[in-house]
Amino acid sequence: MSVESLFPRLEPLLPTVGKPIQYVGGELNATTKPWESAEVRWALMYPDAYEVGLPNQGVQILYEVLNERDWILAERTYAVFSDMEKVMRDNDIPQFTVDAHRPVRAFDLLGVSFSTELGYTNFLTALDLADIPLHAVDRGDDDPIVLAGGHSAFNPEPVADFLDAAVLGDGEEIVLAISEVVREWKAEGRPGGRDEVLLRLAKSGGVYVPKFYDVTYLPDGRIQRVVPNRPGVPWRVAKHTLMDLDSWPYPKNPLVPLAETVHERFSVEIFRGCTRGCRFCQAGMITRPVRERSIEGIGAMVQNGLDKTGFEEVGLLSLSSADHTEIAEVAKQLGDRYEGTNTSLSLPSTRVDAFNITLANEFSRNGRRSGLTFAPEGGSERLRKVINKMVTEDDLIATVAAAYSHGWRQVKLYFMCGLPTETDDDVMQIGELAKRVIQTGREVSGRNDIRCTVSIGGFVPKPHTPFQWASQLDHVTTDDRLKKLRDAVRADRKYGKAIGFRYHDGQPGIIEGLLSRGDRRVGRIIEAVWRDGGRFDGWSEHFSYDRWATQTEIALADEPVDLDWFTVREREYAEVLPWDHLDAGLDRDWLWEDWQDSLNPDGALEVEDCRWTPCFDCGVCPQMDTEIQIGPTGKTLLPLSVV
Amino acid sequence: MTTLEGTPNPEAPNPQLPIVQKLRIQYAKRGRLRFTSHRDFARAFERAVRRAGIPIGHSSGFTPHPKISYANASPTGAASEAEYLEIGMTQPCDPEQVRGALDSALPDGLDIVEVVIAAPGTFADRLEASSWQIALPGVSLEHAEAVTKAFLAADEVLIERIMKRGPRTIDCRAAVVALSARLDDANSEPCAILAVVVRHVTPSVRPDDVLAGLRSSGGLELKQTPIATRLAQGPLDSETGTVGDPLVFDRDAS
Ligand code: B12
Ligand code: SF4
Repeated sequence: MSVESLFPRLEPLLPTVGKPIQYVGGELNATTKPWESAEVRWALMYPDAYEVGLPNQGVQILYEVLNERDWILAERTYAVFSDMEKVMRDNDIPQFTVDAHRPVRAFDLLGVSFSTELGYTNFLTALDLADIPLHAVDRGDDDPIVLAGGHSAFNPEPVADFLDAAVLGDGEEIVLAISEVVREWKAEGRPGGRDEVLLRLAKSGGVYVPKFYDVTYLPDGRIQRVVPNRPGVPWRVAKHTLMDLDSWPYPKNPLVPLAETVHERFSVEIFRGCTRGCRFCQAGMITRPVRERSIEGIGAMVQNGLDKTGFEEVGLLSLSSADHTEIAEVAKQLGDRYEGTNTSLSLPSTRVDAFNITLANEFSRNGRRSGLTFAPEGGSERLRKVINKMVTEDDLIATVAAAYSHGWRQVKLYFMCGLPTETDDDVMQIGELAKRVIQTGREVSGRNDIRCTVSIGGFVPKPHTPFQWASQLDHVTTDDRLKKLRDAVRADRKYGKAIGFRYHDGQPGIIEGLLSRGDRRVGRIIEAVWRDGGRFDGWSEHFSYDRWATQTEIALADEPVDLDWFTVREREYAEVLPWDHLDAGLDRDWLWEDWQDSLNPDGALEVEDCRWTPCFDCGVCPQMDTEIQIGPTGKTLLPLSVV
Repeated sequence: MTTLEGTPNPEAPNPQLPIVQKLRIQYAKRGRLRFTSHRDFARAFERAVRRAGIPIGHSSGFTPHPKISYANASPTGAASEAEYLEIGMTQPCDPEQVRGALDSALPDGLDIVEVVIAAPGTFADRLEASSWQIALPGVSLEHAEAVTKAFLAADEVLIERIMKRGPRTIDCRAAVVALSARLDDANSEPCAILAVVVRHVTPSVRPDDVLAGLRSSGGLELKQTPIATRLAQGPLDSETGTVGDPLVFDRDAS
């Protein structure tokens, strides 16, 4: 079967939609291959608009890893905006890839990258536009295998009905392994059809096939058990961990879009994983252990990336970049290397200590000192202990003092509202902290024009974290606490004007909570919301809480559970959680103890970082057969090769 | 995600190298990349300059910008064989080498046609008119000829155009120097092709405006979305109604 490009049919329609460039592809470093040349074909999707999805590293890496094999072809597809959705429906144009504009349904696999749960409705739009049945059980042999990956795939249960399979963890090696299985099955003439290939994938132990597991419920609505319903399917499915980042220097050929995107820079992942042990942080828990890229590897990737893209900015990416064992050398040497070239450097960091300032100074060496961001996350010291973010108020004040005295004028502080055990007072402390910050800043800089922006996000308990059992704060209380805080800050004559205040209201967080800790019954809600017009839930202008709340009520009318049950209800130790059969390596009892430690009435117990203390037995390394890989290597960045 | 930001250069004394050579560049927007907006193109071009390692000059000051000036960019969605820009160089370079380097650093469909060393004089002044080709798929030659005739017969053709400050009525007839229709024989379906020469005036008259004028004056009925391609822009020969090559002066001078 040959597959024709949909572009000739699409082209005359493009002038009628917004930002048509997002649908035409043609990016620098994009790959298109002849259809017939490949034995296995992947469509990779990021379920958000092109401008958000294109920069996603996960998709770019998998796209390249797959296309490097001459027997595999991979193309990309993104969520289309509603004007385009209408045009496509009116003209019978199916969901297409932007590379060669091939119909998604023609591919062997549709791999969807979920870094947030808020992409679920967009995913359904894509399936529907592609003419792929929404429910996995309705799919036939001509439909692609629909497979999810990314952080949200660590609890794929809410979308289980729509997925043929899901993969946990790093994707580089497993996508190749999956391709092998599909290739072999196709070469054999597709024996046993769709179920057979899914069974082969499931038996490998590294691919979760939801329909091979039956979920039963107790009369009160809790899960009774999750059991495999075919012989050979494992009880638990394990995550994948890539070791030795240096041998995986991707992306080697980063995509450079023509359209403007949210992230216009070349990013190098300087390490994966994080063991600081913040109890709210799913990313930190599910990506253990820490695996660093060496300073030489970083140097080579930065040079290659800049050469191949022409970007002006390099981001050194990870969960906490200031924690790389050789970050000081990396910063200094990159600064030396690119001095006077108009190339700028940035790194995401949440650390609240003087070292961060030293780094920031290095990164802005020849430049303007505008804004610095710190993430104490909790307003009071008590609460910071609860979440295991070990920062004292004095640390924080010393850090901002250092920042202001080095010429930084603006400090942004990031907090969460709704953390376990939180009271009004903990949140009001955020205001007190901000005032002290301004006061200190004025003292050390001798200036009055310094500012502090307080940015507050709602806490959403996530699977595979110590807070997975916690009750989520209801949105009324969240809004109420934030209002009290805002009023108090505004009312302050001396400092109020110097403090900026940014927050979101509590409602979207409740829906994120439903999607994060939901089980298979939540799939009905997602489908109902989507049928009712729900799209782009990550965009505040498109998100409708009322729609979600109403549809949840209708969809769960005959169940003993409701929206509150999924969100604000605290879970017990013995309750079977929807993701218990999915193995992130973390020992369940260790998580439970950590949860109990956080609640200790005499003050929460803190956990150290296993990079610089002995292992505290979270379970990951023995379970996954992995180890911490960190420096220092004592090496230097590779010198620039002379052209 | 939180970020530590460092912005390049600015406050620190930032003496930029002087400009020693100016290059004029003709480029094309072809195929699917005709949907790049002017801003999209500008970003892609700046990145191509960096990738190709072209010794381009920068403005001094807080945030240095590369020395690139664009002339009269075509609207998003229109293809073009004749777009122009000018760059300032800190080292003299061979124009043909610059052409090759930039062309290979740009994605296919954004193509560098020619690079010349700029002769003195303001380039923008040479761009007096544009020659456009507008393909009208599904439109017969007879119909196209009829509407063309009606348009040319009118002294004034008023159309409404949405501007930043709301709708505005403009005359799209006066700027049209020449207009004719022919049939695209390469196509199996009927497809009329308009050739139109438009003088550059303010506010500018674009292919869409001409089509709107053909609709209002002659009742043009479109079957599908038309595709406009700018074939040339340059000095206008008002006697013949043709558009000349704006780089001819520079070529002659060097
Ligand atoms: C850069 C970044 C951004 C950028 C760019 C986003 C983008 N389009 O990629 C910006 C600033 C725009 C951004 C925005 C947001 N981000 Co962000 N972001 C990051 C950051 C720092 C890096 C992401 C990254 O590139 N990782 C590296 C790649 C290689 O990893 P990966 O994408 O997970 O992919 C691997 C695997 O997951 C897997 N995989 C992925 N997809 C698939 C698909 C298949 C089929 C398979 C088999 C495998 C697979 O294979 C890949 C290679 O191993 C991470 C933190 C981090 N270091 O991960 C946070 C992070 C992902 N972001 C996060 C959040 C919350 C957001 C926002 C929701 C913030 C907000 N409130 O607005 C938005 C959401 C935007 C959106 N709609 O996607 C959280 C996710 C929370 C969670 N799941 O617990 C993270 C983890 C940060 C954190 N510590 O909280 N973000
Ligand atoms: S430092 Fe804390 S918040 Fe950041 S990734 Fe590590 S565990 Fe998560």
